Amino acid sequence: MHGHETSPAAAPPPIVVRALRKDFGDVTAVDGVTFTLRAGSITALLGGNGAGKTTTIAMLMGLIVPTSGEVYVLGCDMARDRYGALHRMNFESPYVDIPKRLTVAENLEVFSRLYGVADWRGRVAEVCEDLRIGEILKRPYGQLSAGQRTRVSLAKALLNEPELLLLDEPTASLDPDTADWVREKLERYASERQATIVLASHNMAEVERLSDRVIMLERGRIVADETPKALIEHFGRETLEEVFLDIARGGQRKEI
Amino acid sequence: MDLRHPVRPGPRMLPQTGPMASSRRIYGLVKRYWYTIRSSWPRTAELIYWPMLQMLMWGFLQAHLAKTTSLAGQAAGLFIGGVLLWDILVRSQLGFSVAFLEEIWSRNLGHLMMSPLRPHELILALMAVSLIKLSVAMVPVALMAHAFFGFNVLSLGFAFAAFFANLVLTSWSLGLVSTGAVLRWGLGAESFAWLIVFLLLPVVCVYYPLSTLPGWLQPIALALPPTYVFEGLRALVLKGQFSAPDMLWALALNVAWISLAYLAFRWFLNEARRTGALIQMGE
Repeated sequence: MHGHETSPAAAPPPIVVRALRKDFGDVTAVDGVTFTLRAGSITALLGGNGAGKTTTIAMLMGLIVPTSGEVYVLGCDMARDRYGALHRMNFESPYVDIPKRLTVAENLEVFSRLYGVADWRGRVAEVCEDLRIGEILKRPYGQLSAGQRTRVSLAKALLNEPELLLLDEPTASLDPDTADWVREKLERYASERQATIVLASHNMAEVERLSDRVIMLERGRIVADETPKALIEHFGRETLEEVFLDIARGGQRKEI
Repeated sequence: MDLRHPVRPGPRMLPQTGPMASSRRIYGLVKRYWYTIRSSWPRTAELIYWPMLQMLMWGFLQAHLAKTTSLAGQAAGLFIGGVLLWDILVRSQLGFSVAFLEEIWSRNLGHLMMSPLRPHELILALMAVSLIKLSVAMVPVALMAHAFFGFNVLSLGFAFAAFFANLVLTSWSLGLVSTGAVLRWGLGAESFAWLIVFLLLPVVCVYYPLSTLPGWLQPIALALPPTYVFEGLRALVLKGQFSAPDMLWALALNVAWISLAYLAFRWFLNEARRTGALIQMGE
């Protein structure tokens, strides 16, 4: 399964989205979204409730088929050939649990087998050491604290060392110290693996720290697509949170 | 734009296509359900509880009737055999459907649908789990039937294998349709998964012969494979006759039903991907 190595700058884009649209009956959730992500980049997909980010991410994963438009992930058309890409990507979300009755070790074994990780015992040991969950391997997932659960979910998401990692609120309900620790792990993973990360978060400080690009959605359309720094400057604000509030409340960017 | 995307060296990954890859994913999912079963003894006990109660109730009833009527006396094992075979159908279908419901209860379906697991592999894993649960439920109950009432299900010989295979195939068809409905409509359709098998109970002649049904209902009964099994059981117990052609016809019907059920499951899955139901899984 090993291919030739390609530097992130020279690599083809891991995600290409063209004129993406999704209608649910009379409601248009995503309306003509187009973007291309650079390999090795960390991109935040932001927007208020109902902006279309969950639907967009679900289409990136192939869980929802678009009404029109195209989604290519790692070169695969996700509406028709998602299985060419799924073993090379992974995701983590506090809103999608892993089985609570199974122990951490059992869960990681099951997901290793589903993803086809060779020497899964070795890989599980490696991830557990890295994420400091070795001591809770024999405990049922349902008995863990929120912080421990996040670390286990992250371990599951990193088992196959994905080239593309989709993260939905990766630090939701974590205390500041644990959240900071998780962010550090993600930064290090992206850097060492040259992985592409797509992040959906309502934590603007987190987005500012982690992402090198921000795509803001409003009513299913892209209303801003820049680096966090450029976005803050263009709106004449101090923080990304203020920019977010401006956009959510229909504010205008500063004329430059 | 060239969208071909080279695989960057990462962990040692096993091949993702072919029978070995498929078997590995199916085995992985079966282990997930096995770990769930063994994690809770009350759940394991629940698997045995209802079949045991049914068997005891019908067994004692038959023992009572055997003292008062000649038919029941001749038909030793008729009720117990019917109960055991009916429970094979029920437990196998519930084993299939409840394993799938576990994914929704534990909010794990998104992880499975995002993993390289193919839909047909999910189905094969559910089939394997239904057989495991069936064994856990029925082996102790069959042993008790032998101990309490002297009814040895294995004494039915090859006929038992034919009955068993046909009932399990029917249960999988029901499982496919009911889990497909849950995929499409979420937990609002959960009761369908629990109750679908009981729609068959009055029609497939578990405890009475086909001739008891009104004429207009008999063709419907004859389109359902379990009818041949329960008719076959009565013929075997009362007359000592086993009709292989009937069992083959039931098998042919099962192949047709399970093919339709698979198509229905795929249609429900496609609808779930179209409507966004996969990310809104719940009531």
